[in-house]
Amino acid sequence: MAADRLTDVMERYEAVIGLEIHTEITASRTKMFCGCPVAFGGEPNTRVCPVCLGMPGALPVPNEAAIEWTVLAGLATECDIALWSQFHRKQYFYPDMPKDYQISQYDLPFCSDGRVSVEVDGPGAAERLDRGHALESGLLTGDAEAYTTVIGITRIHLEEDTGKMVHVGGAEGRIAGADYSLVDFNRAGTPLMELVTEPDIRTPEEARRFAQKLRQIWLALGVSDCSMEEGSLRVDANVSIRPRGATGLGTKTEVKNMNSFKSLHDALAYEIVRQAEVLDAGGVIQQETRHWDVGAKRTSALRSKEEAHDYRYFPEPDMVPFQFTEEWIAALAGRLPELPDARKARFVAELGLPAQDAVVLTSDTALATYFEDAVAAAGAERAKAVANWVTGEFAAHLNAAGIGADASPVTPGALAEIVELVDGGTLSARQGREVFSAVIETGMAPSAIVEQRGMRQVSDSAAIEAVVDRVLAANPDEVARYRDGKTGLMGFFVGQVMKEMRGQANPGVVNDVLRARLG
Amino acid sequence: MIDLNTLTAREVRDRVVAGDVSAREVAEAAFGRIEAVDASVHAFLELTPEIAYEAAGRIDAAVAAGEPVGPLAGVPVALKDNMNLVGTHTTAGSKILGPYRSVYDCTAARRLLDAGGMLVGKCNLDEFAFGSSTENSAYGPTHNPWDLSRVPGGSSGGSAAAVSAGMAAIALGSDTGGSIRQPGALTGTVALKPTYGRVSRYGVIAFGSSLDQIGPFGKSVEDCALALEAIAGKDPLDATSAAEPVRSYAAGLGEGVEGLRVGIVSDLLDVEGCAPEVRAAFYAAAETFASLGAEVGEVRLPTARHGLAAYYIIGPAEASSNLARFDGIRYGHRAADATDVLDLYTRSRAEGFGPETIRRVMLGTYALSAGYYDAYYGQAQKARTRIIDDYRAAFEHFDVLITPTAPSVAFKLGEKADDPYAMYLSDVYTIPVNLAGVCAVSVPCALDEASGLPIGLQITGDYFDEATILRAAAAIEAERALDLTPPLVTELLDAQAAEAGMAAQRDAALRAEG
Ligand SMILES: [Zn+2]
Repeated sequence: MAADRLTDVMERYEAVIGLEIHTEITASRTKMFCGCPVAFGGEPNTRVCPVCLGMPGALPVPNEAAIEWTVLAGLATECDIALWSQFHRKQYFYPDMPKDYQISQYDLPFCSDGRVSVEVDGPGAAERLDRGHALESGLLTGDAEAYTTVIGITRIHLEEDTGKMVHVGGAEGRIAGADYSLVDFNRAGTPLMELVTEPDIRTPEEARRFAQKLRQIWLALGVSDCSMEEGSLRVDANVSIRPRGATGLGTKTEVKNMNSFKSLHDALAYEIVRQAEVLDAGGVIQQETRHWDVGAKRTSALRSKEEAHDYRYFPEPDMVPFQFTEEWIAALAGRLPELPDARKARFVAELGLPAQDAVVLTSDTALATYFEDAVAAAGAERAKAVANWVTGEFAAHLNAAGIGADASPVTPGALAEIVELVDGGTLSARQGREVFSAVIETGMAPSAIVEQRGMRQVSDSAAIEAVVDRVLAANPDEVARYRDGKTGLMGFFVGQVMKEMRGQANPGVVNDVLRARLG
Repeated sequence: MIDLNTLTAREVRDRVVAGDVSAREVAEAAFGRIEAVDASVHAFLELTPEIAYEAAGRIDAAVAAGEPVGPLAGVPVALKDNMNLVGTHTTAGSKILGPYRSVYDCTAARRLLDAGGMLVGKCNLDEFAFGSSTENSAYGPTHNPWDLSRVPGGSSGGSAAAVSAGMAAIALGSDTGGSIRQPGALTGTVALKPTYGRVSRYGVIAFGSSLDQIGPFGKSVEDCALALEAIAGKDPLDATSAAEPVRSYAAGLGEGVEGLRVGIVSDLLDVEGCAPEVRAAFYAAAETFASLGAEVGEVRLPTARHGLAAYYIIGPAEASSNLARFDGIRYGHRAADATDVLDLYTRSRAEGFGPETIRRVMLGTYALSAGYYDAYYGQAQKARTRIIDDYRAAFEHFDVLITPTAPSVAFKLGEKADDPYAMYLSDVYTIPVNLAGVCAVSVPCALDEASGLPIGLQITGDYFDEATILRAAAAIEAERALDLTPPLVTELLDAQAAEAGMAAQRDAALRAEG
């Protein structure tokens, strides 16, 4: 889907997007209503018991830790926490659901009416065509390059995950054309939070940024490992479009099977354009569930919602309702860690970082913690230098290695040492990068690498002057051309000096000496 | 020598502990009785001699070694076949669970066996406990030991008949709307429905989760008290089980009813269909309480008469949901050659469920459907709240409330089978108790002069006040001192005695000749 196609459509239509985000509470050691362990994968049907298999007579016992995690998630997203809540049974038949009803929540969820602010910058910000107007009217804050929008949270409720179906014999493991199906109940009963947003999202980029922001919050809380690949974070989207200026809502479609943030963005962009094409051709949007095919880069109808399901919700009689106290909620609030927004603000206020650096650092809890540890070792006065290294060299290294900040061989102490060596003039920036690479390769301390390789930066003018003189003497033609105005040759002379000095010369001093000699 | 099957659980236990009789002999006697009468009674769906003799061996070894044994050591016990126990089938009286074998233990059953009970078998019931006669079992009806042409009541009819005919000293049943108490009344056994939450429901195939409660049948009030002590208490596997401490229910049984405030639930007695002999026996029991020094008065439970209507919404609604899991996917009956998953579901369930089960699943599904929920389920819950209020108000003035347990003596097999409403009326006195969640016991209070059949008195108590209703029941039991041996058993004992007499004569003759 070409970006200009989306821009063209967005000029005429406004998209209205709401997200439903399911998060497995992987922080819980046990399942929602039984003692089976929560884990990913494994031999099929090995983490099961009478309760999570729905054997006759088995009863659910609520996992209090999972309820606490859900309330913490609600507090972290500024939700109201219900003092009185309960589980309901959501009833429908499906082989991956052992009891043929799901224990979920209905009209009394644990959390409701929250909000999350989302920063949108970079090229994606341009998807929001009305942002100038929205900024003026106060709907958004920021400027034309980067803006912040607040997305309402309708509710967060707790339920149990289903098992997994494996369809054998059909195409791509889908049910159509399959010869038979198998069910793995290892996942059945895993505590699952469902968060529903208000339809406050207007662009695919905002949806992507919201999902990423929520992931950062969940990771900061520690409630889940939030792996979209393993399905512990699953994002579904409801999207409709309406002509610019209209206030009514169009018919929505529900888009599923988006297994990455990029897929979320691309699927929504596709769906918005598809809906516009249907409307432009005089057609009507069918209310239906559509499946994102990441290979074909398109959505296709999965099942029609014309005949809405009657889930026959009723209060779960196997459990008594929950009555929470203000004191209990306050005690949980006291357990909240510093969340990404607060951390970002602190980085700006206390460490003097530019907002952009703070946003990047706090986009990943492990990265932010790494940064803080490195600053603690290097000293707060070097915070900006540390930030440059962490967001530059270090982030690139994590990306290339496909690891998290806490798994890198470059410890925060080692990075702080490199920053100090470069900042203090002992190493050139280039040497610093060389040492950084050497730490990754060897696991040795930076000082030991510097020692071993004799990598001291030479700033002594006399030593550099001697080399400069030799270089100039050996290249009389270039000197003449430089003096005729080919000042671009400065780089050539610096390179020659550096080569002679095996890269250990202080580039600033080299430049100064060259300029004095040639001037 | 006395037939061991006539002893109460307490008597059996005392003799086993004293070494007068071995647990093995008790088990052999129980299986002998089953052999003699169950072909005509059909109380059992499955016999478990391996489990019983294994327990007997352990108990006898412990007694021989002078080691402590449980409070029910050597007592032959039976379970309603909706209670899971590893090594047994658990059919719930349904074909859909025909192929199923339990993979785990029901808490109440486990506790009963841990107390020393020796499991002789699993008892017949109306399919999924839907019924009041045990005629709805997919495995054929149970017959009342007092008159084989009559029903034993239900749904725990097999458990009641097993105790009544001396095939087990204690049997567990489940009671959703009267399924312990009504068969208790119809078979002349003592039958206790504890307070909701008093006994764990874990492992009992659920009917109405907010109504179901497990309780014992016994030959005496004391046996029920001992059984309750064994099975009651908080269970971490049942979130609705209560942490309320378990009392020594058998301790104060003989303390009498002097000063006990006994309320006659007068407005329930006006409900249609109470037989004159039941009414007469009931008022006689009320007079007995007065004569024993109780303060007997009248009490009204104005909403209780709407209990039947509320119950037939709430019970089926919960049941329709609880029975969804019987889908042919993981266990139980699966239809052959299904074309797709919907076909698999519909045919497995249509083939596996009997007519009353299908009726209740449909009733419940309808009551919870969009657009009907408020009118049915919502309204029934409001009625339930009012009924709870009625009971709370009544217990401000009375310690126990009394009604008949059932409106008639045991009826004939087939008599009400085609009239669900008449069948539902059998539980008119018992249902409000489940809706409120309080406790009640049925104790035999008379034998009908015309038919000789037993009549039960229902004594209802406040939440977790089982001790008081058991004490009141013990007073009636002592005062009446009824011979509750059914004719079937009397004939058997007579035949045995005659045989023994003939044998003795033969021995004497042989000795004389020798
Ligand atoms: Zn489990």
